[in-house]
Amino acid sequence: MEVIDQKENRINALFKKNKKGLLSVYYTAGFPMRDDTVRIGKLLEASGADILEIGVPFSDPVADGSVIQASNKAALDNGMTLRLLLDQVSELRNRVKAPIILMGYFNPIFQFGVKAFCEAAAAAGVDGLIIPDLPLLEYQEMYKATFEANGLQNIFLISPTTSEERIRTIDSVSNGFIYAVSSSSTTGAKKDFSKDQRSYFERLQKMKLKNPLLIGFGISNREAFTAACKYSAGAIVGSAFISMLKKSDNMEEDIPEFVNALKNS
Amino acid sequence: MQVDERGYYGQFGGAFIPEMLYPNVEELRTTYRSIMERQSFKKEFDGLLKTFVGRPTPLYLASRLSEKYKAKVYLKREDLCHTGAHKVNNTVGQIILAKHLGKSKIIAETGAGQHGVATATVCALMGMECIVYMGKLDMERQKPNVERMKILGAAVIPSLSGSMTLKDATNEAMRHWISHPEDTHYIIGSVVGPHPYPDMVARFQSVISKEIRSQLTEEQGNPYPDYVIACVGGGSNAAGAFYHFVEEQHVNLIGVEAAGKGVDTGESAATTVLGKPGVLHGSKTLLMQTADGQVIEPYSISAGLDYPGIGPMHAHLFDVGRVRFLNATDEEAMNAGIALSRLEGIIPAIESAHAVAALDKLTFDTEDVVVINLSGRGDKDLETYIRWGKY
Ligand SMILES: Cc1ncc(COP(=O)(O)O)c(C=O)c1O
Repeated sequence: MEVIDQKENRINALFKKNKKGLLSVYYTAGFPMRDDTVRIGKLLEASGADILEIGVPFSDPVADGSVIQASNKAALDNGMTLRLLLDQVSELRNRVKAPIILMGYFNPIFQFGVKAFCEAAAAAGVDGLIIPDLPLLEYQEMYKATFEANGLQNIFLISPTTSEERIRTIDSVSNGFIYAVSSSSTTGAKKDFSKDQRSYFERLQKMKLKNPLLIGFGISNREAFTAACKYSAGAIVGSAFISMLKKSDNMEEDIPEFVNALKNS
Repeated sequence: MQVDERGYYGQFGGAFIPEMLYPNVEELRTTYRSIMERQSFKKEFDGLLKTFVGRPTPLYLASRLSEKYKAKVYLKREDLCHTGAHKVNNTVGQIILAKHLGKSKIIAETGAGQHGVATATVCALMGMECIVYMGKLDMERQKPNVERMKILGAAVIPSLSGSMTLKDATNEAMRHWISHPEDTHYIIGSVVGPHPYPDMVARFQSVISKEIRSQLTEEQGNPYPDYVIACVGGGSNAAGAFYHFVEEQHVNLIGVEAAGKGVDTGESAATTVLGKPGVLHGSKTLLMQTADGQVIEPYSISAGLDYPGIGPMHAHLFDVGRVRFLNATDEEAMNAGIALSRLEGIIPAIESAHAVAALDKLTFDTEDVVVINLSGRGDKDLETYIRWGKY
């Protein structure tokens, strides 16, 4: 029981303690090398990342742009499976305190068995899940109870085209934080935020949601990170980090440098 | 064949889409039925099917084929539709719908190129911008269709991910839609995708079985065949051919999947044999996948059947035993295509040749009335026929 309680609170505890400037970094499990998952997670936490968002590789990641697609494919070619990923996450959990969120498409989880998966994820020390193609209704009717019984927070996405009414519904079902997609797009690095994006963030800010927001998709530099933080509790960086990993021949240096360049003053 | 309110056929269906697509799909879900019922919609749809597509398509009694198989074999001539396949029934419907929704741009995915051509055609007709995603491999094996789309003014974008076939083109089209939700309608080419697409596409294609019923009534005094046979890629021509017969239990419905080099060879697209329930492209359906839930790359000589899933309604009709699924190998389909050419003077699309190949796998009574839905013509496949040789 104690373990579950502790787990339930890892994401909430973080947001209670730090209301601003949180950095969540997405990386694909099993990329660039199959057994890099633990090493990268440790380096990220040590460098100052606040949340580890670990991608579950899938053959058909429709919400992702080309960089993350390629990392998914490489990870699968490296022999990644969901079982192996859960083993890696358990090992990582022993080395880091940061919340761990798995981001992945529904089919691999469905094949694993949603209940079996939730139990295994909880046992491995996972705190939350982002499943972009699991719809709200399906989640509420079929899986919410199972997620909650295992102390897993389901993180929903919203985008500039999400209606206010639906944002309210998502807010009422969410627990942890809401992932605000910065523009109508798949993942992938872009330049700066546009006027429209800023007014969308302002609109969200004014809604005074019960859950904190993290802004993601297209954040690749300090300017974008700082701008996102102005409107939210923090930001999520993915494609830019994956691109860096792909080029890196020295993660021990490059990961701290990447995090520093975004976040630390 | 009715979908329930949540978009399910039994355990299959639903709308498993990223939140970014929710407003678009929700708009469609809440409006498609009422738009399709508008008088102005019906008038334009029926009018274009008649004067632009060339409907009704003939129901042709294939006498030499009938003699060979000792049954009364009819061919429903969807191959005579404008653009050469049934696909245009759906694109005409969806483009009118897109106009009613106020959309100005169209995207589509295509495998054989038939759906891409049918989409490019209606976009030209309506003066709408058209982007078609097509796997790079399919672009190579269906070159004439690529050029047809370009002549019609569409942009054809090669998909370079995965097996570079239909599944990957569908991924790319969905990504494009996520990035352009406001002004763009996605014309899906089969009874796949999130609810309401499977139901919507099936309704547009249902004109096929509606015509078969009235044509048979004229021929024989009642609307019932003993068999309806159709090939199944995603399943749109089969959905259209089965639609008005699903409730008539005495009509045998036969779906024919592509076995590729054989269902046990690892190079196949026979989803009902090789698939398990899974989620891809927005719906829960039968899906070819590994134990770890990764989608398996299918294989068929026919680009239009080279898809790792089937529409959720077919998964359900298979599940409850209402439709019997057979499969035909590349070789059986090619032989059937060449046989049909020799016996009846009709060179079928290789997709449709799979349906013809089923004749060898069934035993009929001499009185049996068999309708094969000849979904398309073989023009686009000439190169494949030539490479196959043996004729
Ligand atoms: C002639 C023809 N028949 C059948 C198909 C398969 O699609 P469906 O199963 O949706 O009818 C295609 C697809 O491209 C086609 O071109």
